[in-house]
Amino acid sequence: MQRWSTLERVRRIGKPLVFTAGLLPLAWAVLAAFGIAGNLGANPIERLMDHFGNWSLYLLMGALAVTPVRKLSGLVWIGQFRRMIGLFAAFYVTLHLAVYAVLDQGLALQPIIEDVFERPFITLGFIAWCILLALSLTSFMAIRRRMGKRWQQLHYGVYAVGVLAVWHFWWQVKKDVTEPLLFAVLLAALLGLRLYWARAPRIKRRAAQATPPNALSQ
Amino acid sequence: MLIKQPSDIPSSEITPESIYVSRRSIIAGLTASALLPSANASAAAVPSAGTLADVEKSPLSTDEAPNSWDDVTGYNNFYEFGTGKTDPARNAGTLQTRPWTVEISGEAERTGTFDLDDIVKPHTLEERIYRLRCVEAWSMVVPWVGIPLGAILAQFKPNSRAKYVAFETLYDPEQMPGQRQRVLPWPYREGLTIAEAMHPLTIMAVGVYGKVLPNQNGAPMRLVVPWKYGFKSIKSIVGIRFSETQPSTSWNDAAPREYGFYANVNPKVSHPRWSQARERRIGGSLFASKQPTQMFNGYADQVASLYDGLDLARNF
Repeated sequence: MQRWSTLERVRRIGKPLVFTAGLLPLAWAVLAAFGIAGNLGANPIERLMDHFGNWSLYLLMGALAVTPVRKLSGLVWIGQFRRMIGLFAAFYVTLHLAVYAVLDQGLALQPIIEDVFERPFITLGFIAWCILLALSLTSFMAIRRRMGKRWQQLHYGVYAVGVLAVWHFWWQVKKDVTEPLLFAVLLAALLGLRLYWARAPRIKRRAAQATPPNALSQ
Repeated sequence: MLIKQPSDIPSSEITPESIYVSRRSIIAGLTASALLPSANASAAAVPSAGTLADVEKSPLSTDEAPNSWDDVTGYNNFYEFGTGKTDPARNAGTLQTRPWTVEISGEAERTGTFDLDDIVKPHTLEERIYRLRCVEAWSMVVPWVGIPLGAILAQFKPNSRAKYVAFETLYDPEQMPGQRQRVLPWPYREGLTIAEAMHPLTIMAVGVYGKVLPNQNGAPMRLVVPWKYGFKSIKSIVGIRFSETQPSTSWNDAAPREYGFYANVNPKVSHPRWSQARERRIGGSLFASKQPTQMFNGYADQVASLYDGLDLARNF
């Protein structure tokens, strides 16, 4: 057997594994819907909506965790999974929205429009989905190259998606905010680290400016 | 624990004469057929489990098909046992429903601590199949077994200052582990106007599906007010107080913009965070559509007059 480089191992083993794992929540939903492995309980539509909603939050947090974990661990190859995890988050939030629009609302346009414009938590969720959709559609390498600098600017939008998604969850629960609070703390940590790293070089630079350059080179 | 036991209540003081007279004739008949050792039939305690005997059907029942036993006893909001819908069925085993006493207080002639048996025993159990509409926009049809609340309250002889009735759930974090988290201000409290409490549709339920109420459904005794959102129908009641002023209620205290004192089912008044125009009937398939919510949950003919002149959008 030939020796594969790290990049090849990621491509040939890592990505198929993560892809398969990413489909497991969907597989569970399908099996449960048919009563094969478990069931969806007394309120199956609510259960499906919660299931897909939860998984899109887990995966969104996962995608946002890739860069901090890569920096902290020094395992550069982890970055290779960021796009796939982010796309799975977009996939599950689309299923979440589809269950809401098709099964829960029966595609009744007027109530859906009313929800999107008049129920703040649904407004937040809908905006988050729109941004995530734009990020997914521009995630192809060819488009990324063509967009140049603007690609990165657009994809900073994922931070907004994180905030909107947790906020959406917070406003959706009736009273017990334990779970949304856990997500909020995690999100604060993930975004906080970025803020710290974004400021840290500047602090270093300022320190460097305060010291004569020749003092540093010696 | 010292429980102040009131002197025995003569049944003539509690029950309308026609009823106790007719009950005596039944008992006499039973004794004659040697089914009972003594004439004191009402001394038998209310069972703490199993099937309830002598349950009468009621013309106030809906003819809609009831939800399954599994739905009724497996999909519950009872935050004292956790905030998930399946938590109460899993966790409510710790609740001790016997012995059970209820403290009656406030603007009434007969106050004190009464045993559950003393409250329930004098009355005929009725099956009431009611629609139940949760404020979260789902609904069920539940075959309750209970007693008109008005008949229960009458035995305590409320006075003319009793304008409201306040109810309180047990507070005991040992038995109700959900109370360790301050999700709501414990103990859970609810209230009705005296007219709502005395309305013939309002019942105190002690059973469901002909059986003793399971713990997760609010054993041993819970309120059922079918034209109001489910959270008004307080569970596992240990306190009833007759009050001259409107009592404070738990959800209203916790989020006054979202949950009013009246909480009448009203498709035209949205919850600030979701619409109340339609509801999801539990037990439907993945492809079942929502159904329109009815004013006063379909009990408008019987109860709308209680609110004549009241702005229902403001007093939601």
